[in-house]
Amino acid sequence: MQFSVIQRILGLLLVMFSFTQLPPMIVSLFYTDGELVAFFYTFAATLISGIVLWLPVKNQKKELRPRDGFIVAVLFWSALGLFGALPFILAVQPHASFTNAVFESISGLTTTGSTILSGLDQLPKSILYYRQQLQWLGGMGIIVLAVAIMPMLGIGGMQLYRAETPGPMKDNRLTPRITETAKALWYIYLTLTIACAIGYWLAGMDVFDAIAHSFATVSIGGFSTHDASLGYFSQHPTVEIVAIVFMLLSGANFALHFAVWRSRNIALYFRDSEFKTYLTILAVVAAVTSLYLYHMDIFVYFNRAILHGVFETVSIATTTGFTTKDYYTWPSFVPVLLIFTSFVGACAGSTGGGMKTIRFLLIIKQGIREVMRVIHPNAVVTVKLDNKPLSDHVISAVWGFFSAYVAIFSIILLLLMLTGLDQVSAFSATAAAINNLGPGLNVVAANFSKISDTAKWILIFAMLFGRLELFSLLILFTPSFWRR
Amino acid sequence: MQYAAVARILGIFLIVHSFGLIPPLLISFNIGDGQYMDFIKPLMITLGSGTLLWFFFRNAKHELRRREGFLIVAAFWLVLSAFSALPLMIGGHLNFVDAFFEATSAFTTTGSTVMTGLDHTAKSVLFYRSELQWIGGMGIIVLAVAVLPLLGVGGMQLFRAETPGPFKDEKLTPRIAHSAQHFWVIYIGLTLACIIGYVLSGMSLFDAFVHSFSTLSTGGFSSHDASIAYYNSLPIEIVTEVFMFLGAFNFSIHFLVFRRLNFGYYVRNPEILTFALIVAGSVLIVALVLYFEHTYASFFTALRHSAFTTISVITSTGYTTQNFAIWPTMVPVFLMFISFIGGCSGSTAGGMKVIRVMLLFKQGYRELLQLVHPAMVRPVKIAGRPIPAAATMGIWGFFAWYVALFVLAMLLLMLGGMDQVTAFSAVTTCINNMGPGLGKVAVNFRDIDDYQKVILSFCMLIGRLEIFTLLVLISPRFWKN
Amino acid sequence: MKIIILGAGQVGSSLAENLTTEANDITLVDHNPDLLRALQDHLDIRTVQGEASYPEVLASAGADDADMIIAVTDSDETNMIACQVAYTIFHTPTKIARVRAVEYLNHTQLFAQEALPIDVLISPEQLITDNIRRLIETPGALQVLDFADGQVQLVGVKAYYGGPLVGNELRRLREHMPNIDTRVAAIYRRNRAIIPEGHTVIEADDEVFFIAAKKDIRAVMSELRRVDNPYKRIIVAGGGNIGRRVAMSLERKYQVKVIDHNAPRTQLLSSELESSIVLYGDAADQDLLLEENIENTDVYCALTNDDEANILSSMLAKRLGARKVMTLINRAAYVDLVQSGDIDIAISPQQVTIGSLLTHVRRGDVVRVHSLRRGAAEAIEAVAHGDASSSKVVGRRIEELKLPPGTTIGAIVRGNDVIIAHHDTRIESEDHVILFVINKKYIVDVEKLFQVGFTFI
Repeated sequence: MQFSVIQRILGLLLVMFSFTQLPPMIVSLFYTDGELVAFFYTFAATLISGIVLWLPVKNQKKELRPRDGFIVAVLFWSALGLFGALPFILAVQPHASFTNAVFESISGLTTTGSTILSGLDQLPKSILYYRQQLQWLGGMGIIVLAVAIMPMLGIGGMQLYRAETPGPMKDNRLTPRITETAKALWYIYLTLTIACAIGYWLAGMDVFDAIAHSFATVSIGGFSTHDASLGYFSQHPTVEIVAIVFMLLSGANFALHFAVWRSRNIALYFRDSEFKTYLTILAVVAAVTSLYLYHMDIFVYFNRAILHGVFETVSIATTTGFTTKDYYTWPSFVPVLLIFTSFVGACAGSTGGGMKTIRFLLIIKQGIREVMRVIHPNAVVTVKLDNKPLSDHVISAVWGFFSAYVAIFSIILLLLMLTGLDQVSAFSATAAAINNLGPGLNVVAANFSKISDTAKWILIFAMLFGRLELFSLLILFTPSFWRR
Repeated sequence: MQYAAVARILGIFLIVHSFGLIPPLLISFNIGDGQYMDFIKPLMITLGSGTLLWFFFRNAKHELRRREGFLIVAAFWLVLSAFSALPLMIGGHLNFVDAFFEATSAFTTTGSTVMTGLDHTAKSVLFYRSELQWIGGMGIIVLAVAVLPLLGVGGMQLFRAETPGPFKDEKLTPRIAHSAQHFWVIYIGLTLACIIGYVLSGMSLFDAFVHSFSTLSTGGFSSHDASIAYYNSLPIEIVTEVFMFLGAFNFSIHFLVFRRLNFGYYVRNPEILTFALIVAGSVLIVALVLYFEHTYASFFTALRHSAFTTISVITSTGYTTQNFAIWPTMVPVFLMFISFIGGCSGSTAGGMKVIRVMLLFKQGYRELLQLVHPAMVRPVKIAGRPIPAAATMGIWGFFAWYVALFVLAMLLLMLGGMDQVTAFSAVTTCINNMGPGLGKVAVNFRDIDDYQKVILSFCMLIGRLEIFTLLVLISPRFWKN
Repeated sequence: MKIIILGAGQVGSSLAENLTTEANDITLVDHNPDLLRALQDHLDIRTVQGEASYPEVLASAGADDADMIIAVTDSDETNMIACQVAYTIFHTPTKIARVRAVEYLNHTQLFAQEALPIDVLISPEQLITDNIRRLIETPGALQVLDFADGQVQLVGVKAYYGGPLVGNELRRLREHMPNIDTRVAAIYRRNRAIIPEGHTVIEADDEVFFIAAKKDIRAVMSELRRVDNPYKRIIVAGGGNIGRRVAMSLERKYQVKVIDHNAPRTQLLSSELESSIVLYGDAADQDLLLEENIENTDVYCALTNDDEANILSSMLAKRLGARKVMTLINRAAYVDLVQSGDIDIAISPQQVTIGSLLTHVRRGDVVRVHSLRRGAAEAIEAVAHGDASSSKVVGRRIEELKLPPGTTIGAIVRGNDVIIAHHDTRIESEDHVILFVINKKYIVDVEKLFQVGFTFI
């Protein structure tokens, strides 16, 4: 472990993060909502901490090793999560407790979108903006993590993507490759955000809301500036359509976007089996949901049922977590179906959460293969993806990931119930957190303010677990990781 | 596919199975509860159908192979469950779905019931239900110890070499007949011991028979609505705990122990050891929560109820002394979760089986270590022996299918309008062949609709047949020659 | 003494080389004529070409009147059969065979006189494993040799600046450590032996050989250098016979990683080893070594059967920060080449094996022989028999003995007591005497010293 190099990186991260306090300061000045001080103190505190960390080790320019990558990834979310909580504590409104502030901040950075705040419409604009921006920044981090770092570390079968990702490839040296890749991906991310903001604006949002929601849409976060979430704009149905389109796009692999953008060939999307599976799952679930809603007379008009069915499916299944209607009041089949779909989640290399479609696809393929193997015990069946056979390493890594996901889900569910939550709330809260989804059911349907502090901390861990693809966090608990 | 041979075997099964109706018939005569016609009619039907099948295909004496094995195993449970439903339809005055549900639940040793007012039900019917579980248990032992390893279902090829008896690949019958004899002797012996234990701790002879049948088969049917709570007797609870626990051991280990008279085999078996540790840990966790949530005043009482319920749940028996559905916080869900672990492989218990859970954990940990040491080569080992990759993959696949079918069944139930807690627990309890659930199905399954009962009946079969046996049958590849 | 050596491999030929200088009558048997011719050219030996276990071949090698047969061919089976033939047909008194396979060695009844008549079994892999294990258990030592079942050890260390005794006379040792008894057996300064006297001054970079009871070794070493912390993290490169045994014998007490580049081999290793981490890859792959934290590794052991690969990967490991590197080197020429460079300890399989063979060649009751410094020096454990009249040593004080030049008596083991030799120590009958002989040509004199005279019956 090269602690000095990690310390240096952490210092740099904090310094960079401190500058993200400037835009909310400008927003605060613009709207004169009186929260300038909170952001300024956060800026100063973060900058100074960053410099203090960085100065003593500023000459440590050793190469980062893959093993250090785990710590950096964990620190990115936990340390920035802690510093990002400061404005919520310092601000006059909401003046949150430490636990609440950290919950909100981590929920933002991991692009979960669960909130402990209520009465959003009355909050200062700068705080609202800051929440959205946290998600957007988290999304930027996730893209790099998902596209560049995870394949390198080989978490849960993601070594699959090692060769495919763009940019020069030098094994064992994280930095040059990451900067290259990150730049390209961030351009796409930025482009999508701008396009989304314009789309929202054209659909009828005001400029502030358009920017704020585009941040939460492209990062698959799901924070809104209104308590009613996108339901606030129900008089502008096109808002929902814009949201559907950009949630779908952001739920796709950014490396795939990059490939399409570079080769100027849209057909590439439909040659990618993960993307195809992703669309198929969404289509099937959306159809079931819409038909069921129509059948149960939740919506009188079929087109309303379709619009809301599709919107809610895309929003939950990509783990964004926007709502238009109070979907948790629908017959419980739909929320549970959608929550189960959120386990599949978005594509790998996107800002979405969940287990990722590619893993789901591989699990299906391998599940079928196992049935084949029982029928023909001596048959040699290889699992192929896009006509390329997969190595056993990848396959068992995916299995391991899946089992760990189920195990950690169960443990967190039990722990939450131990704090007194009922089963439905605990189930949905755990799913919402570990899949980085956002809203839950029952007690945690509208927001998470009614649960105990212990439960909030458990969920904070769940969000980190989900975002760090379990293993990067789990690995820190194994003795052999720390053994030199 | 040798359909004729399969039909012939099925005919023999039916003939043998029809004899199972004789003991309740005798009881009915003896007590004079007027139910004897309810057994005579099914006896004629079952015997008649069996004889007909056998007669037509009596010359189809082909050697059975793997393919037929799957079909026979599935047919055994499905067809015999259907025929077993007859006496309940005629005598228990249940409709077909209810009777089928009850018979399947008995035959798969699940123990979920749609019947209420057991204390007033005819003794012969009560005996019949428990006897069905006991017969189901006999089938399961053979299935689990001899058939599944041969078929290589869900990583169970692991045990191929370990089971005693001669081993000839691809030829099912001689080996199975051989092992079956051994295991049934042990099964019967344990049942007798259990009966004696119950009688000594104060149960009536009839109840002792009924309960020992469903204890050893880890089924869980009782002759009283209150289940074991009816007796409110610590000795009876302890006898039940011991024999549920033994029923959840691998019967090939029982066999080794009895043949060599060396109890060391229990301790040396890693699966049994892990099972014992899991049980001890779970009992303690439940007892502590119950105690600290002030459900029971003394820690001893908490421990007593926790021990009984936890063992009953994890061995997938499903006896109750307390209504655990109303226990505080996470306890009901925790109990549901541990029923997924189940007993040891090669036992009458349900669930995923301890050996698979052990291997899942070891493999998961291996994946974690692999991240720290990407170049590492490390097979998963049990008792120092490396597990072949085919078996590990089989177990991963088994787990994934288990979870997938669980989710699917739960969604299907909810589609029928069931609430989440009930649906979750109903699927859990049925797929793990356990018995009682939470919410609306905490006491019995009478109040759910027929659609849901059919789905749950299939869950029981899926769980009992270790998923793959049924999956194989619905895959088109299986039917291609 | 007439000795037939079967197999002219690494061990066979270097054994021949060692024994021939001691006026022995050596016959070497192998089926490779070129190898034999080359050896015959520069050694004074007789060679016979043919299959080593055939009676005719053995007869033509002079098995009729041979005193000893040493079977060290590649094949365990040939070695065993050759001993059987020698026993049944030629009645050869002493039969030594190399048997590697654990599958045979696990059944000791196989080697009883009525079954396979082998007097002494040697297993080079096991000897090397033991050697490496001792070196790892004694951090900082260049060589650790066991005597009297490990009660006494002869340890070679390099003296460094900072060791309290460095720059001082040897006699100060007693003042430094009044409770610990030790004896410096030899000092090598720039590869030349110095006979240690009380006034000899130890300089930095001296290679000091001392003898002490096992429990005192660490304390004595601390006088000569800063003592290394006990080793914990060990990387073994090469999972062959030796690497596997080393990992097996160490994995309970140390964190062991084994690197091998043969996939099936790693599978086998990982199923046999309990807690070791088996890595599939090239030991000379810098990235792999970095990934496995080479910079925090205490000992890197290169144990493949390829000298060049061992040397290069060891140098790489040392460069990347491994604290100690040990390298298995077969070719004697390479040993000199690397010893003073990056590689801390070069282990020569021949040297390790030959010691145990020499034990049986020596006259007198010699229990253990260790060959040192490429065979130039020897450490011997001999048993004194007889009484004052029949023996040249029993009943005499050490200062009265007529020891050949360059010979030091280090310690005496009497029953379970370890007595460090001083000038007035008296040797009794049945004492195990541990001697260090700087120059091999005086071995014969030492042998004579311990032979019982004619008056003894």
